Amino acid sequence: MAKEKRKAAKARTKAPDRADAAATTGQLVVLVATRKGAWLYHGDAQRDTWRVDGPHFLGHIISHLVLDPRDQRTLLAAAKTGHLGPTIFRSTDLGRSWREARQPPAFAPVATDDQGLPGRSVDHSFWLTPGNASEADVWYAGTSPQGLFRSDDGGDSWRPFSSINDDPRYRQWMGSFQDGTPDGPKLHSIIVDPRDAGHLYLAMSGGGVHESVDGGGSFKPLLDQLDVVEGFDRSDPTFHDPHCIRLCPSNPDRLYQQNHCGIYRLDRPSEQWLNIGQNMPKSVGNVGFPMVVHPRDADTAWVFPMDGTAVWPRTSPDGRPAVYATRDAGESWQRLAGGLPSQQAWWTVKRQAMTADPLDPVGLYFGTTSGELWMSCDEGHRWHCMARHLPEIYAVEVARVGDPS
Amino acid sequence: MKVLIPSALRSYAERGEVDADGDTLAALLIDLDRSYPGIRFRMIDEQGQIRPHIRFFFDGTQLRELSQPLRAGGELIIVQALSGG
Repeated sequence: MAKEKRKAAKARTKAPDRADAAATTGQLVVLVATRKGAWLYHGDAQRDTWRVDGPHFLGHIISHLVLDPRDQRTLLAAAKTGHLGPTIFRSTDLGRSWREARQPPAFAPVATDDQGLPGRSVDHSFWLTPGNASEADVWYAGTSPQGLFRSDDGGDSWRPFSSINDDPRYRQWMGSFQDGTPDGPKLHSIIVDPRDAGHLYLAMSGGGVHESVDGGGSFKPLLDQLDVVEGFDRSDPTFHDPHCIRLCPSNPDRLYQQNHCGIYRLDRPSEQWLNIGQNMPKSVGNVGFPMVVHPRDADTAWVFPMDGTAVWPRTSPDGRPAVYATRDAGESWQRLAGGLPSQQAWWTVKRQAMTADPLDPVGLYFGTTSGELWMSCDEGHRWHCMARHLPEIYAVEVARVGDPS
Repeated sequence: MKVLIPSALRSYAERGEVDADGDTLAALLIDLDRSYPGIRFRMIDEQGQIRPHIRFFFDGTQLRELSQPLRAGGELIIVQALSGG
């Protein structure tokens, strides 16, 4: 079993004496996963100084780094390198030490597949979701190629979960390496209803949005009124590309979605998505990757628009990065760009690379593929750069820190 | 027999040269995994295929199949075929 020994390379942004105090209990930590390793930024109560802890796993491709909100100290990191297979690293002391999962996510060997489908191999774990608060030690993982996995022991051992990994219909909807995103099709946005551990959502790029009400025993598509690229059949999940889905903590019956073809809201028990992206300025468009929801106000959400014209540059429209916020559930959108570059900034923000903290006012955070980490302490009105010169940022999470002792 | 471990896998073996036994590459890697749990999966996927950037050389000859036999007393070199930036 591999122990990742963390290098002692630590840096401090400013005011190290204050930051030391911030590293104790009850503060925030921003978790940054990149193409070349992971970094932790420990904040103080005012969110104005941050102690840098990293790199962890320098040179490893870290797709997602997530803190368990149930104990506030267990971290899981989805890792691989360019030449070694995928794995999961686990820390129970907030990154002071790491231990590799005993059994990382892996598909069933082909010999046990009675459907006649070709066997698949996990290229990388892409998405990690802690289970319901009532199910300590349960985690879910989404992979590329698309698969759903579950751990019942805090991320130490994983098994293929539900029937979808080997279901012929789902296998068709998932497509192949040629149908997905540039580094492989992904299963993502695994959501566990906070009221019901057996109520799950997930999304596949491509392959659509799916829901289970029987604890993952079965899933069914949830696609009504979602658009697809012109000329394709919207009734076929294959052609749906949800980029990111979020459930509102303050109203678990409300979902927001950033899709390849717009921005949507769904209010359950309805099964019809409402197109709220059409209310975005036409000059900016409604394409993007991340979707962020407010921790206490289900009418408030944020997106980070990308250029989806012509050959799809997927950079900030006109080189002018901006966050767009709605305060009325998508009826209208407000441009928020205070402190961001006003020109010649061709940023891309990936689907896992933007998030919100639970404080009041809400803090927002995003990371760019050009290695800059930005945050706002006032719900997006004013932004400042927390870090630059990082590797390509894949994911940004923020969480409350418990006592690591 | 002697097995040379590349730097990327020394977090498992913690040294560059270890001993493992097996009359095929498959058997040797299973034996190696007994001593260093997890190391095999980083090189061989769940369908029993050698991962794309892993290469095995036995006494100077590249092995392309897990079923290839190994001669007692030989030397296996595991190579990580790095590419890209």
